[in-house]
Amino acid sequence: MARSRSDGAFDNDYHLDKDRSMHSSALSASGISVRYGETVALRDLSIDVPMGQTSAILGANGSGKSTLVRAMLGLVKPQSGSIQVFGEDVASRTAPLERLGYVPQRTTAQGGLAASAGEVVEAGLLSRVTRFLPPDGRARARAALATMGLADRYDFPVGGLSGGQQQRVLIARALVREPDLLIMDEPLAGVDADNQAVVAEVVRAAHERGAAVVLVLHEAGPLASLLQRAIVLDRGCVTHDGAPPAAVGVHAMPGHDHLHPHGDTTADLSDLQRGVL
Amino acid sequence: MIAAIITAVAVGLAGPTVGSYLVQRKMSLLGDGIGHVALTGVALGTIAGAALNLSNANALAVPGAMIVSLAGALIVDQMQSRGRVAADVALALMFYGGAAAGVVLFEISGGDHETFEAALFGSLSDVSPGIAILTSLGAVAVIALAFGFRRILFAATHDPEFALASGIPVRGLTMALSAAAAIVITLAMQAVGLVLVGGLMIVPVAIAQLHAGSFARTMLRACLYGGAVALVGAILTVRWDIESGGLIVVASVLLYATVATIAARKAKSATGLAGA
Repeated sequence: MARSRSDGAFDNDYHLDKDRSMHSSALSASGISVRYGETVALRDLSIDVPMGQTSAILGANGSGKSTLVRAMLGLVKPQSGSIQVFGEDVASRTAPLERLGYVPQRTTAQGGLAASAGEVVEAGLLSRVTRFLPPDGRARARAALATMGLADRYDFPVGGLSGGQQQRVLIARALVREPDLLIMDEPLAGVDADNQAVVAEVVRAAHERGAAVVLVLHEAGPLASLLQRAIVLDRGCVTHDGAPPAAVGVHAMPGHDHLHPHGDTTADLSDLQRGVL
Repeated sequence: MIAAIITAVAVGLAGPTVGSYLVQRKMSLLGDGIGHVALTGVALGTIAGAALNLSNANALAVPGAMIVSLAGALIVDQMQSRGRVAADVALALMFYGGAAAGVVLFEISGGDHETFEAALFGSLSDVSPGIAILTSLGAVAVIALAFGFRRILFAATHDPEFALASGIPVRGLTMALSAAAAIVITLAMQAVGLVLVGGLMIVPVAIAQLHAGSFARTMLRACLYGGAVALVGAILTVRWDIESGGLIVVASVLLYATVATIAARKAKSATGLAGA
């Protein structure tokens, strides 16, 4: 299983197993409702994200996007309904969470002590099933940092990096485990043009590798052409699920033929763009 | 004398390893909180020893401290994770409740003040070879766990949310850390005393973080600083027959001041060069 990586690129040498084929479900939420006291954050929401699809969850502030992401990661337990990742309940002890790569909007670290970029990325290799750093862990972390243009920052304390570099460390932490489902929360928020291009490249590479990508976005921006599906939330409900607004760009995407967008594709896209995008 | 020095160095090395994780969790005062609760345990142990008519009424002081401080650490952990009480309020309850209960129980037990003072401020000169061996074994175990499970403990304490989303058992790991803190504090009781034990766990970490750019290096250096100040403090204590805890912590604070001054000078000259 050890993969040698002489260069830093997450290129096409990663082959998906047969059971991780393009048509199986990476993530499936069925009838989930989440309430915080009186407030309903998600209302009987169902979505299914197949392997190999790049989709965006769009919506205004307070629409339930963040809650949905937290529920997908098992950080929020829905009062009703269930969420499955790769066919297993996300809350179960056997959920393959190590196949998920999560990039938070900004660091959720609470550490009071300095941590080097290498240490943070190497933490991304640990999971319920991997409790010690694998023998090739350091090399893989260095490679992931190199992919993010941070090859010389392995030993550097994360706190001393710029905001954009810190975000790239968080992306490297998610990529180092070569996730089959990449979840990025607001990857464009407060990010300059150079780093937006990096995010777009990460999404494109993950898609080419056959992974499912879920992006939580306030606006699609430079990622619009990479999207194959848009799920629009409003007050905890899905108001649109289907073709992304910038449909023109989709045809340029490799693997487009594999798509099976479902849901209400006849939604009024002009409404969508006016209201949300 | 050898027993005293071995005991001091053992807790000096072990304290900061657990202390590193406490600082990482922003719970650097947990050690003090546990120290105060342990006082209640010392008093309860003394009462139990008297009730059982043991020849040495203080024989159960250390086991009592161990049990009560473990319970205290786990209760605070639980209170905090439930999120109903703010971390600092949970600690404050522990501080005051533990100290007050300890004082009241000591009065009730009619215990001698020497036991009380020894628990509060440490008494290295009274350390027996048996205690030295026990403390060393405990310290070796704590250090081995702190370094051996460094990766997953780092993951759980550095970014608990990401760790949870990876399926890492964050709750179990933080509880294990709190329990390890309680064990180290009980072990260190005789060397530095319960009032200052937190200082031995945290000050070396504060020194190390002045000039270490990674968690692993911080923990290793904190461990070595702790061992060094404990060695110096223990030698001076035995030489002049004064309270050990005070000297060890004073030595570490002086070391902090020295390293901080050097670090500040270095930073200044570095910016000076950059400006030139």
